[in-house]
Amino acid sequence: MTSTAIEARFVCRFPGFELDVDLKLPGDGITALFGHSGCGKTTLLRCIAGLQQAQGQLSVFGTPWQTDTLFRPVHQRPLAYVFQETHLFPHLSVRRNLTFGQRRVPAQQRQIRFDDAVSWLGLAHLLERMPAGLSGGERQRVAIARAILTSPRLLLMDEPLSALDQSSKQEILPYLERLRDHLAIPMLYVSHSTSEVARLANHIVMMDKGRVIAQGPLQETLARVDQPFRLEEDAGVLVQATLDALDEPWHLARFSFDGGSLWLRQDPRFRPGDPARIQVLARDVSIALTEHRDQSIQNLLPARVDRVETDVTPGTTLVRLLAGNTPFLSRLTSRSAAQLALTPGQPVWLQIKSVALVD
Amino acid sequence: MLETYWQPVWLTLKLASLTTLVLLLVGTPIAWWLARSRHWLRQPIAAVVALPLVLPPTVLGFYLLLLLGPNGWVGQLTERLGLGLLPFTFEGLVVASVIYSLPFTVQPLQNAFESIREGFLETAATLRAGPWDRFFFVVIPLARNGFITASVLTFAHTIGEFGVILMIGGNIPGETKVLSVAIYDHVESLEYTQAHWLAAGMVVFSFIVLVTLYALNGRARAGALR
Repeated sequence: MTSTAIEARFVCRFPGFELDVDLKLPGDGITALFGHSGCGKTTLLRCIAGLQQAQGQLSVFGTPWQTDTLFRPVHQRPLAYVFQETHLFPHLSVRRNLTFGQRRVPAQQRQIRFDDAVSWLGLAHLLERMPAGLSGGERQRVAIARAILTSPRLLLMDEPLSALDQSSKQEILPYLERLRDHLAIPMLYVSHSTSEVARLANHIVMMDKGRVIAQGPLQETLARVDQPFRLEEDAGVLVQATLDALDEPWHLARFSFDGGSLWLRQDPRFRPGDPARIQVLARDVSIALTEHRDQSIQNLLPARVDRVETDVTPGTTLVRLLAGNTPFLSRLTSRSAAQLALTPGQPVWLQIKSVALVD
Repeated sequence: MLETYWQPVWLTLKLASLTTLVLLLVGTPIAWWLARSRHWLRQPIAAVVALPLVLPPTVLGFYLLLLLGPNGWVGQLTERLGLGLLPFTFEGLVVASVIYSLPFTVQPLQNAFESIREGFLETAATLRAGPWDRFFFVVIPLARNGFITASVLTFAHTIGEFGVILMIGGNIPGETKVLSVAIYDHVESLEYTQAHWLAAGMVVFSFIVLVTLYALNGRARAGALR
């Protein structure tokens, strides 16, 4: 995929917690740092920013930011950081908040224009307001614009949506997608929400107890069953598909991929020919040994069993299946798995109860 | 007559202004250090800063007199530097007032600095602001009310100073005879009318200062809630 641009190694000990990571991250797109709270993802982000001092090495696009003998202070690192609590300066108007960082970057290094950032994040009507008068979603958009106006080489985001309500989240996500697609700035995005990760990320780093337990391109990594750490209820895969047919009378759209197709309700955001990401959770996939047409589930796919693993939750089994070359996960009770006697290579039928169009 | 009347007032205002100015310069770094440091000396130094609050002014004045006098090491230093001796001079009063009013500057500032969330400073750092830059463009504006409170309290407290001044400055017209000492003098000579004028003036002045301070703080709190 993309070549390594960011290399980070950190070891950092606290009472009762140890961070020990070795990362190679790509130089574009969004990399999600994913894990349960307390897994060390925020600490890792703070170490990269230099807000937290840890032993280690860090280089970004070939420039060392930290070695055994060097520690570049935060304000000398060409990065930007979006905090969960926006930390807009309450004594400055939105406009002066936006220019706070921009003014401190030498003019020849400013690659993102004020007007562009303002229009990407839809802030034109807010410029003269004070932060105290803004809604949660507006505050976070200002914080993101303020960050990118420093024209960073690396954009760090620490759960920028987690303090927001559902509708504000939905309001911000399209802006983040737009930035991902417009800016050639790699972003590290800390999150514990699978739906955010599924929608935004290209790359994922999964963390547990201060260690990296899996990293790689998003789709491949999510479809693994051998991880010591599982997503439990959120386990699932992302399918890259294309809308190729509409069934107008029934208001359905067909999304095809390597290995089959899925019928979904029509969504006005997608037209024929559009690419789409579809999230299929393991708990929504059941397995049948023969094709059943006498039931209500629309999406049936022929597939082969790839691997069968005991899940972390007692009494459940996680099965990895391949439809063509597209992996799916299915979560069964261990008794069903035993009764079906699934073995690798065995042909089966997937019954997919529900799916989500994420992007 | 008029001049002897106003001279102590002017002298007092001059002393209070100068003391406030010096204390803002000296007290700000001390308050910042006390607010941010985790050094083991933090508590002892905080106690030293607070001492003038609990000590009788005469104790403070007595030791300052010894320290600044011809046998004290500060006195010997100022003499060797060709500055002469500080007791019974206006400069001596400034030094004494700075020490006497130190907690009235440091404590409001320290409170203001402590209430600034670390996140604002971290955010400023990620927006390329170095340490001084952060202090001047984030800390000072956010601690604005602390600075106002500190200035007003220091100014008002210096104006009300009596014991320390009597110990170290005596009663020299135009040099060390400030308002509170002048009132004392008038009362001693049974000039109650003159004493009344100055004393009532002080009461009114102090009242106005406190009302202003509460109004400013009240508005700041309302502003923060909006």
